[in-house]
Amino acid sequence: MAEYSVLIGGKAGEGINTAGLSIAGLFSRLGYRTYMYFDYPSLIRGGHNFAIIRAADRAIGAHRTPVDVLLAFDQNSIDNHRESIHDGTTVVHDASAVVRGEGYGLPLDDIVKEEKAPPITKNSAMLGALARVAGIGREVLEDVLRGSVPAKHLEANLRVAGRGYDAVEGVFTVEPVDAPALPVLTGNEVAGLGLVHGGLESYVAYPMTPTSSILHFLANRAEDLSIGVIHPENEISVILMALGLGYAGKKTAVGTSGGGFCLMTEGLSLAGMSEIPVTIVMGQRPGPSTGIPTYTAQGDLHFVLNAGQGEFPRLVVAPGDLEETYVWSAAALMLSWKYQVPAIVLTDKTLGEGAYSFDLGAITPLPDRQPVLWDGAGEYRRYARTEDGVSPLAFPGRAGATIKASSYAHDEVGFTTEEPTETREVQEKMLRKEESLKAELATYPTVKTYGARDAGTTIVCWGSQKWVCIEAAERLGARVVHPLVLSPFPTRAWKEAMIGAGKVACVENNATGQFARLLRQQGFDPGRSVLKYDGRPFAVDELEARLTEVFT
Amino acid sequence: MTPDRSSRPAGDLISPAENTWCPGCGNFSIEHMMKSAVAELSEEEGIPIENFVLLGGIGCHGKLVDYLNVNSFYGIHGRSVPAATGIRLGNPDLKVICHVGDGDIYAEGLDHLIFAAKRNSDITVVVHDNRVYGLTTGQYTPTSPAGFKGRSTPGGITEHPLNPLEVMLAAGATHIARGYTKKIRHLKNLFKEAIMHRGFSFVDVLQICATYFNLTDYYNEHAYEMKVGEVDAGRFESALGKIREWDYDREAPIPLGTFYSVEKPIYEEKFQALMAGGPERRPLVRKVIEEWR
Repeated sequence: MAEYSVLIGGKAGEGINTAGLSIAGLFSRLGYRTYMYFDYPSLIRGGHNFAIIRAADRAIGAHRTPVDVLLAFDQNSIDNHRESIHDGTTVVHDASAVVRGEGYGLPLDDIVKEEKAPPITKNSAMLGALARVAGIGREVLEDVLRGSVPAKHLEANLRVAGRGYDAVEGVFTVEPVDAPALPVLTGNEVAGLGLVHGGLESYVAYPMTPTSSILHFLANRAEDLSIGVIHPENEISVILMALGLGYAGKKTAVGTSGGGFCLMTEGLSLAGMSEIPVTIVMGQRPGPSTGIPTYTAQGDLHFVLNAGQGEFPRLVVAPGDLEETYVWSAAALMLSWKYQVPAIVLTDKTLGEGAYSFDLGAITPLPDRQPVLWDGAGEYRRYARTEDGVSPLAFPGRAGATIKASSYAHDEVGFTTEEPTETREVQEKMLRKEESLKAELATYPTVKTYGARDAGTTIVCWGSQKWVCIEAAERLGARVVHPLVLSPFPTRAWKEAMIGAGKVACVENNATGQFARLLRQQGFDPGRSVLKYDGRPFAVDELEARLTEVFT
Repeated sequence: MTPDRSSRPAGDLISPAENTWCPGCGNFSIEHMMKSAVAELSEEEGIPIENFVLLGGIGCHGKLVDYLNVNSFYGIHGRSVPAATGIRLGNPDLKVICHVGDGDIYAEGLDHLIFAAKRNSDITVVVHDNRVYGLTTGQYTPTSPAGFKGRSTPGGITEHPLNPLEVMLAAGATHIARGYTKKIRHLKNLFKEAIMHRGFSFVDVLQICATYFNLTDYYNEHAYEMKVGEVDAGRFESALGKIREWDYDREAPIPLGTFYSVEKPIYEEKFQALMAGGPERRPLVRKVIEEWR
């Protein structure tokens, strides 16, 4: 496999994220699949930001520690990444800022001054230098800049990029791959697009890392996608507004992270009892409490599975890459409406803010599902007790219907009741919906497997750990089993996927092995846990080493 | 356009649900005047009954939504207002009316109330302000007077009440009124006026709690209906002066009526334009992705 890794680092506010995406764009233009990990502390200026961009001639979704090129805007960007530098690494640094420089030093201050360009164009100088080092033609470089820089600033960026290009020499040559140039998108952008594919009409959110960019993206594209986007006063208001929109018939999603989800649990429980559909994108980050707000974790699995008072069904899906994020965000929204249950799309910072090549053409959407609507016959009963537990929907404004939604235990019409038979039936109706949902999910690809059935060793993982596990498994000759649905748990599909699993390791980004605990609750052996809980995702080489210890 | 009212006779709005309010409760007046307001507005303004939506929070007031045969969203403590905003965002034809309690909305839900006023969401909030927690058996609320002895504050509270009308005026509410449950015709007209106001409308209803805080004599003695010209409802300063005449604490005449009413752009307008027409969105998704190439 042909593959390349580039690390670019500097202070917050220097545009490292954007520069990283431009680097991914450079490789994409040559037909490569790309993945970008972006690492940043919670501050606006200063500190140390870096992005690792990996490009390969086939699908990838994780980074490796060693890099081919290191682009350093400051001393930290070299000193903090000693383990990434090896004999073959080409270092390009800003000679105006780095004291103990290595490799090529570019006098970026002088360059931007001479070119009368704004300081932010230093990124273009680095991009130019990278293109030259990697044997990528000047025309490809200019093409990428044309696609990413606003017309007003294009000329200055092209001049500065040319200076970077000319200041270094060719070191290796990235050969073009005969494949289409794919767009590079983040998991959050794709979650937003998937929701719209599923029928989203409105999105409500309060900003919180790592899902804020869903809000930004959809707000920015509200007119293009014909959706309403709202940012209210807090997360409590977010979920209640979403339930109001749902009651009025508008398909609505919200986005948040653990702390915001804490505030939403009251509304989540209301959604359960009132049977108003809502889809929640829950992007995990390390806790407890504020934790490490701009980093990653898979620490909220049991919180999400159990949040809210009382017992009510919920759909929880955990996509592992962009394609799955697209189809399962759409499916979560559609199934939420069909079964009138809250749906949660469980992601994390790695997936939500990570950037990946996105191949829409390779996507097979899950089946379209529509809500069950009232046929208009007889008296409308919002909570009509049906065999499958699903009561036909009508929305206020409908002539001939009085629509009474309720947070209380209620009779079929929606009037409050505390009568024992009625209250038992309310509970049983909800549980029947869960059985119906579970039966439908049995026809969906809820558990995916990768690698040979007779491998004898199996890595189980969930969510964003999918690709790092697939790559590590290839090296180790293991299988990977990856569930897409976590509630209701796809018991039968899991059992079938694990036949002949052999030695099992369970890879997670948390400290206590939460997925392993879920497996034990479901009666399955999760094998040995391989955990990482420092807020950073596994690098492929790092996971390979950890798994080698477990499997040998 | 004349609506088809054949399916919903406007007079038949009392539901079969059993009423569990205490005898003498002020909620009865609010229920019946709301019923009449809805029925009359339907007749006079041609608003179909199915276009009304009532919301309730938690507390005695919330039961009202069960007792009327009108679309309803029986929500949770303090959270009616954001749900109402969502409903109004979802369908601009709806008349959305929140019934809330003083404990419900001035304690748990105050932030939502202030923000709904700030954004001039086109909803109506009717506060059943009996100045005591009823359903949880007699604790003080944000509008209980200083010295009030409740079950959680047997020594009497040392804090002073909010003047909710003053809070609403400061927050940007575009229609502010006060009613009293013993002045029912006046109350009904306040409801009708508030519901027809385009923008955020707020009615604080002085309501006696027959069991825990019966202020009937006090209100009968102090409350009076404002006369025409007594307040300039189009002027902030005039409204503020009148609103401050009584502060829910000291002995003073209690003005009833509409203190403030102005027209401003409503929150929901742009949102509806964005979603108008229910377009097929999948080609739009594809187009957005294509632009990335």
